[in-house]
Amino acid sequence: MTMKTFSFPALALLLLGLAACDKDNFEPPKSTFAGRIVYKGEPLLMQSANVATGNVSDFPVFIELWQQAYNNRSSIRVPVAQDGSFTSLLFDGDYKLIVPNGQGPFLWKRTAANNPDSLTLNLRGSQQMDIEVTPYYMVRSPQFTVSGRKVAGSVKLEKVITDAVNGKTVERVSLYVNKSQFVDAGNSILAANLAGSAITDLNTVNLTTADVPALVPSQSYVYVRIGLKITGVEDMIYTPVQKVTLQ
Amino acid sequence: MKKYIGVLIGALTLGSGCSSDQDFLNVKPTTILLLDDVYSDSRLVLSAVTDLYNRIPDLVKPSNMGLYASFDEAFASGDYGRHQNREYSYDDWGYWDYGYIREINLFIQRVEAATKLTPADKARFSAEGRYLRANAYFELVKRHGGVPLITEPLTYDYSGDATPLRKARAKESEIYDYVISEMEAIKSILPNTPGEKSRATYGLAVATKARAALYAGSIAKYGVNTPSVSLPNGEVGIPASKATAYYQTALAASQELINSGLYSLYQKRPDLSDNFAALFLDKANNPEVIFVEDFKLKSGKVHGFALDNQPRAITEEGERGGRLNPSLNLVQSYEKLDNTFAPLPINKGNANDYIYYDKQEDLFAGRDARLRGTALVPGATFKDRSIDIWAGLILGDGSILSGDKLGQLKTVNGASVQVVGLSGPIEGYDGSAQGGFYMRKYNDPAVGSGQIGTQSEVWQVRYRYAEVLLNAAEAAFELGNNALAASYMKPVRDRAGLVIPLTAGDITFDRIVHERKVELAFENHELWDYKRWRIAHIVWDGSTSDLTTQPGKATEPSTRVFSLWPYKVYNPGGANNNKWVFRKVLSGRVTQSHIFRLGNYYSRISDAIVNNNPLIVRNPNQ
Repeated sequence: MTMKTFSFPALALLLLGLAACDKDNFEPPKSTFAGRIVYKGEPLLMQSANVATGNVSDFPVFIELWQQAYNNRSSIRVPVAQDGSFTSLLFDGDYKLIVPNGQGPFLWKRTAANNPDSLTLNLRGSQQMDIEVTPYYMVRSPQFTVSGRKVAGSVKLEKVITDAVNGKTVERVSLYVNKSQFVDAGNSILAANLAGSAITDLNTVNLTTADVPALVPSQSYVYVRIGLKITGVEDMIYTPVQKVTLQ
Repeated sequence: MKKYIGVLIGALTLGSGCSSDQDFLNVKPTTILLLDDVYSDSRLVLSAVTDLYNRIPDLVKPSNMGLYASFDEAFASGDYGRHQNREYSYDDWGYWDYGYIREINLFIQRVEAATKLTPADKARFSAEGRYLRANAYFELVKRHGGVPLITEPLTYDYSGDATPLRKARAKESEIYDYVISEMEAIKSILPNTPGEKSRATYGLAVATKARAALYAGSIAKYGVNTPSVSLPNGEVGIPASKATAYYQTALAASQELINSGLYSLYQKRPDLSDNFAALFLDKANNPEVIFVEDFKLKSGKVHGFALDNQPRAITEEGERGGRLNPSLNLVQSYEKLDNTFAPLPINKGNANDYIYYDKQEDLFAGRDARLRGTALVPGATFKDRSIDIWAGLILGDGSILSGDKLGQLKTVNGASVQVVGLSGPIEGYDGSAQGGFYMRKYNDPAVGSGQIGTQSEVWQVRYRYAEVLLNAAEAAFELGNNALAASYMKPVRDRAGLVIPLTAGDITFDRIVHERKVELAFENHELWDYKRWRIAHIVWDGSTSDLTTQPGKATEPSTRVFSLWPYKVYNPGGANNNKWVFRKVLSGRVTQSHIFRLGNYYSRISDAIVNNNPLIVRNPNQ
């Protein structure tokens, strides 16, 4: 493209447009609100929020922020990443933070009216905040071994909520394998499942996958992760992603 | 004298001019009809109620049947995004149109206040208004659970305070109770005319009552499987203790309609598959159809289903057609004539160890006649012409030769041969039969239906007698009367050529689910059925599971649509030359497995609605 293709009036309009931006636009939000979902300081690992961002209701696990300054309220949904972290760019202001009903593999405090309790968040500049919750289970000491193209894994399940009202049983434990480091129920090329009824000892849960199929393009390693599905709870809780090399 | 005449005329003119001053500006408009005009002439009231009929909120209409591909009934040949979404949005399938309900409320109020209509007209119009209102609430409760139940037109008094207009959500059971009681109240007011298909009749009211009671009963019974899908005050979820009463209502209502003898199954054609297809096309004395949305050529009310779904080999409109392809998941669900289930026999265990067929359609022989009444299979004809579905040639060495244009010719060993069907399938070629099948149900065989300028007048069936029989069967099964259930399923299965009767011992939940799946495919039932049985999150569980080998089992995961591609053996001189083989294919366009989350059981009520009325509680798990 040569300069000839720009006519003078077009150039003038463009300049005018650029100059106009100054006056019309708001300041962008600049404060970062970030943190992790934790249990006793340890992050809870979940399914990745790697779906298309067009539809905000599609995050596997999210928390909600409600800004209080306006009458017409609409939630800001903050997705939780697979390492349990979240981050959101916000305007300074006063927010209420809640975990909506049914979100996450954990219990969130509730009010007397049985609604999700809210946390007040007065954002003045960037802020880091870990949110303490009570998970139904923790998945501990994951170990993975590879023999040939089969991946074997073992975990210990620690039942955190044990009371009769809120305690839940294990529906299944699954070992997921994927080519990329996003590994979970929604992103896997191979999975091994073990039903909760087949688990006799929560301290020794062992799974072995079938042969990992041929990878195109070829790669000698895969990423693996063990997830726990709790009966009646949609979101699973996972071990950290681990890279293993196939033999 | 003469000179006074002018004065006299002048005086008279002035005098008369003054007397009519007030009426002078009161001219009746000639372009709009005022309320009093409309509600004093039954023909104009009919126009008003026609508008309300036209706005019945069906989830799927002939013009947007692509939605079926979002689940597992079909592959969307062109709209691939349907197979590339993992989650369903919580907003999906939502409906919140209180404007429509207000207009119905006003309609009923005005009809009842009208003075110049005959009592018979008033009663019928008012009952029709009540049907439409209850039907709208039925749609709302299916999608959102309990909603505010408004049965009077609300009026704002401009006081600056709108809070008196805010109503809280009713319980889910209360909305179902409302629908059931309204149907009971209006059924004897509505005309008892089974030939009337596009207005509310006695038969429609009873059929709606049966369907609503069945839905409520199954939510009550199966809701225990998803305890988190409920709200503490019953806006979502129905107590299990109510299940039996609802099932009894559903059974009684279905029996009332069955025993009335007003409707019967459509059995006009000797060929059972043709008969099943004709059931949706035949508008002359159709004994099965109860309620439709009708269409008429050259009236402005036509639809493009045939335009979008005509086989590509015989398309009447350039590049149009073939968009919705029934999936292998659905096709293999049609059982064998001995009442057993089996995947289609395409190989002997290994995908390349083919079973050879002389004719393509032989693969589908010996199955439920509804298969070929619902789907156009490879080898079938449509509009008396071959639809030519095959994906390529299998050469003597076992290699596959195909093309990238419909009906492409290539040179093989010096001879020019066609290497792919005129309808495809070709991966990624929009409108080619990528699912391996085309639509027969609802597909208009009339010449010209595939042209943009003509289109189709096939009606959309909303209620038909076979569903009433299946509703009766399901209610009887849930009440523990399996023999009765089998007897109601029998005529539906007989018509499909499944003449070996099911015994009471054969009737299981899986059977009930399966019969509805194959009889009512593409009729706007699967989503609602799976929701009320609370199996949607089990069938669409997000797992990357293979095509099930147990198509008769209700809870088998079916998260991705599979295709069936035929190939022609090209091996001149070889034993299998010109025979047909089949391969199960997972299209490269199917990149995600569907997951139906617990929050999808009831669609989201948007923040805007909650902001306007803070009494609205949100649906669970969202």
